[in-house]
Amino acid sequence: MISFLLNLVRNLFSVFIDILPLLVVVTSFQLFVIKQPFPDLAATISGLVFVLIGLFLFIQGLEIGLFPLGEKMAFQFSEKGNIWWLLIFGFAIGFSTTIAEPALIAVAKKAGEIAAEANAIPHTNESIKSYAFWLRVTVALSVGSAISTGVLRIVKGWPIHWFIIIGYIFIIILTAFAPKEIVGIAYDSGGVTTSTITVPLVAALGVGLATCIRGRSPIVDGFGLIAFASLTPMFFVMLYGIIIY
Amino acid sequence: MDLIYHSANVLLDTLKDVLPIIGVILFFQLVVIRKKIDNPGRLAYGFFLVVIGLAIFMIGLEKGLFPLGEAMSRQLTNPDFLVKGDASLLERIEKTGTVYPALYFWTYIFGFFIGFSTTIAEPALIAVALKAEEVSTGAISSWGLRLAVALGVAIGISLGCYRIVTGTPLHWYIIAGYIVVICQTYFAPKMIIPLAYDSGGVTTSTVTVPLVAALGIGLASNVPGRSVIVDAFGLIAFASLFPIITVLGYATIAEWIANRNRRKGFKET
Repeated sequence: MISFLLNLVRNLFSVFIDILPLLVVVTSFQLFVIKQPFPDLAATISGLVFVLIGLFLFIQGLEIGLFPLGEKMAFQFSEKGNIWWLLIFGFAIGFSTTIAEPALIAVAKKAGEIAAEANAIPHTNESIKSYAFWLRVTVALSVGSAISTGVLRIVKGWPIHWFIIIGYIFIIILTAFAPKEIVGIAYDSGGVTTSTITVPLVAALGVGLATCIRGRSPIVDGFGLIAFASLTPMFFVMLYGIIIY
Repeated sequence: MDLIYHSANVLLDTLKDVLPIIGVILFFQLVVIRKKIDNPGRLAYGFFLVVIGLAIFMIGLEKGLFPLGEAMSRQLTNPDFLVKGDASLLERIEKTGTVYPALYFWTYIFGFFIGFSTTIAEPALIAVALKAEEVSTGAISSWGLRLAVALGVAIGISLGCYRIVTGTPLHWYIIAGYIVVICQTYFAPKMIIPLAYDSGGVTTSTVTVPLVAALGIGLASNVPGRSVIVDAFGLIAFASLFPIITVLGYATIAEWIANRNRRKGFKET
């Protein structure tokens, strides 16, 4: 009982350390730079307590839920020995988590408005909506194929840097041809696609695969799936822009 | 009452985030793998904790921190705040539309620190850093990685704010950054490379994106000659590029120091 309580206090304290910088920055800017009292101190403090508890539960859940799940899936797939199912699984995880991602929905809507502003599509609600929808499908397809390719890379043990460098070169070339309005969104879309729940699951999957397959090192081969998932959307969003305009 | 309604909404959003994952996993588990998972109850409990934890975390952010961060971004980029009571300067700015990048000093500083502190609190990064420490059996420390990533985001956001103020095209920065990353890849220890590339995508999620977006919109709508619709973008791209550079740099320097110490040790014995 005592060790349980001690553990609880220790974990809560480490979560507190995680959000301490944010607390210090916000407080000191509010008091010393803007020089104003907090507009709603009660809301800020209760919000902070929520953040603390939430992060604590999330980290607990990672260790008992998401990490073991990703590893178990990796283990079972490699036991089955059918690489096609594994690739399809990677694609499905990438596609399904991206298509519903709230951050992406917001970005796609904004992109639709910009396209209408630039007269690339008719200035109606209907066409903006369909533009945003197909943009989301584009990004989701690209994340799906990225995870799939990344899984194939882990299985084959190919070094990651060639993929990334070639990806960068393609992005630079496309930047020259893409309409100016879409470049900013395309670059941003790389960062917003991978959600907080997808990241740990995909990381555990990659590391699990690299652990199961003989000759792969979990640290050198296991990571990199998220890098793929943040690279391809930039490329495809620009391509989408070029085709539409 | 309002809080309950809002909380239910956030929980629903988080569930929407999780349902596709559960669906895909269940499908593959039942149709393709067709094997029993041992201890499904414990896994489900962990999953439940993740969802509830993330929802509570988001409610706290939206209640306490986001409104404050947004208000601060608005205030820091407000022309009245920038000129510090210098009425003639304010008039000149409004009349001529000239941009004085130096006036936005506090915005760059704010961008730096808010980028750093939100990244330290980012759940996805905590997850990846934990995994990296576990897998590398301690060679990569969870805190070392997180600090390196946070420093990268800080530099990225700060520079990104400067870019919005000056209005230089985004792609020159990104292309230059890519070239730096490619050169660094050549020198960096092999072990860190995939992790460094990953850190770009991991950093920008739940905490960082909303606050940074508020900063971008605040800047783009207050700086003369910038439009929210075109110039507000790009901060997230900066925040996902610069961590790659700092993580690669951190590992290269750490390895260099370790090698030097080892060589010194040889000489002494």
